[in-house]
Amino acid sequence: MPGDLQQFLSQPSEAAARTGPLDRIVFSSRVRLARNVQGFAFPGWAKKPERVRSLDVIRGAVEQVAPMKEGFSSPMDGLSGLEKQILVERHLVSREHAAKSGGSGIVLNRSESLCVMINEEDHLRMQSLRPGLQLREAWKAIDELDSALESRLPFAFSQELGYLTACPTNVGTGIRVSAMLHLPGLVLGEQVNKTIQSVNKLGLAVRGLYGEGTEALGNIFQVSNQMTLGESEPEIVERLNKVVLQMIEHETNARQKLLEEKPKVLLNHIGRAFGVISNAFSISSKEAMNLLSMVRLGHDMELFPDQSRALFDELFLTTQPAHLQRGHPGKLGAEERDLLRADLLRERLQGVSRPVVPKPPSPPADAAGSAGIGGGI
Amino acid sequence: MLCSICQKNEAKVHLTQIVDDKMQKIDLCEECSKAKGVTDPAGFSLADLLLGLGTSQEAEARPAAKPGELTCPTCGLAQSDFKKSGRFGCPQCYVTFAEGLPVMLKTMHRGLRHAGKVPQAFRVKREPVDQIKLLSRRLEKAIESENFEEAAQLRDQIRALKQQAPSAS
Repeated sequence: MPGDLQQFLSQPSEAAARTGPLDRIVFSSRVRLARNVQGFAFPGWAKKPERVRSLDVIRGAVEQVAPMKEGFSSPMDGLSGLEKQILVERHLVSREHAAKSGGSGIVLNRSESLCVMINEEDHLRMQSLRPGLQLREAWKAIDELDSALESRLPFAFSQELGYLTACPTNVGTGIRVSAMLHLPGLVLGEQVNKTIQSVNKLGLAVRGLYGEGTEALGNIFQVSNQMTLGESEPEIVERLNKVVLQMIEHETNARQKLLEEKPKVLLNHIGRAFGVISNAFSISSKEAMNLLSMVRLGHDMELFPDQSRALFDELFLTTQPAHLQRGHPGKLGAEERDLLRADLLRERLQGVSRPVVPKPPSPPADAAGSAGIGGGI
Repeated sequence: MLCSICQKNEAKVHLTQIVDDKMQKIDLCEECSKAKGVTDPAGFSLADLLLGLGTSQEAEARPAAKPGELTCPTCGLAQSDFKKSGRFGCPQCYVTFAEGLPVMLKTMHRGLRHAGKVPQAFRVKREPVDQIKLLSRRLEKAIESENFEEAAQLRDQIRALKQQAPSAS
């Protein structure tokens, strides 16, 4: 089953073309479960020979269950640094897991919607990933995989404390439900900190693009639950779902408010972003992300009427360091990557017409009529 | 300032990240930063680097537990190890270190008792009366959170149970 990861993975254009409900604001939904197997020490404490043995047992079992058949499976030391980084950029493995080598592994299903990290912090970290807001569906898929696995692997479980995990912050359900949101309106309207604070008060965490300890590049934020004990999985999923729906509403309102109160400021951001990103000869990944965020917002506002959003989403992925490195024999330095990234962006955005100037806002009486709330936003 | 990795060259790359409210700093020379792939601040995490640095020393060189210290009989993890890493060594640790657990869990979670999924092997047959009570509670919560699909399923389950055990209604 081990093979060429890059051949196995879908092309970035295919990956970016996946659509889901409310994907204008919600990039993706994810549910992760942490599980451990009785009879082995947790990966962080076990010595390497024990990790190698547990990896063998677990990987064998995961490969066999129906949802993972015909997937991709490999120990981490069977993957190159580039391949691991590509998996991180696709949000299929955590950065912590990408840093592992012998004694850890991954199994990925054919459609890239299920991924099992073996011997990360726990023996199994299995996740289900879906485009748009599909938290319930993601939970259902991972629940099925978990049920299929429990007959093959004796999970460490206690009636009182639930699934036992290396870190007590995950004990109980071992669940982390998260959604990745694009919130440029709240950032531009300077409301994002307030929103994050109120979400934090509900016991939910808001993080940057790659999870814990990372920056919110490209105005992309991850919202997730933190508490795992004392509530059932559906309760946790529903609460997060409700909060995400509210955040979507806040973001939509923030965009509408900007458009009504400071339309030129908003258009200036988008127009300049498009100007730079389609004409630069050197651009860092951070700058590219932030400008792409503005251009994507412009797309949501129908300023690029002939363009599909998939192109912009594809560029979010292909301008990341490891995706740029693909197909280039020697290891590129940061400066070389910046040049290459700019070349790619100029080429891919060549056919995109510059943002159209939107019609001046219609008189209030009219606005309440046919367009409905939010208009094109 | 010297590079944190080779300790030879002048450090030119200075990185700071805040993880879980703790600041981590690392200073690298150009060569080591390239060798570690730290050329793009967006493309890596300090944790990886620190983890990477630590892999050769990890677990293999464990300091012995202090005499008399509480230690897990199954995996050998001592209380001080847990304090340092915040991670248990094996499932049995939850029994070994059970005493201080509730206080800690209270600060982390909504409750102290598991209320979620139970693996088939651990499912105990509940009396229908208890089962109906449990399902009714979940039904109330489902209605509260407007999850009507789940609510409808629960309602049907309760109905079926009540037919089996009419005394329970």
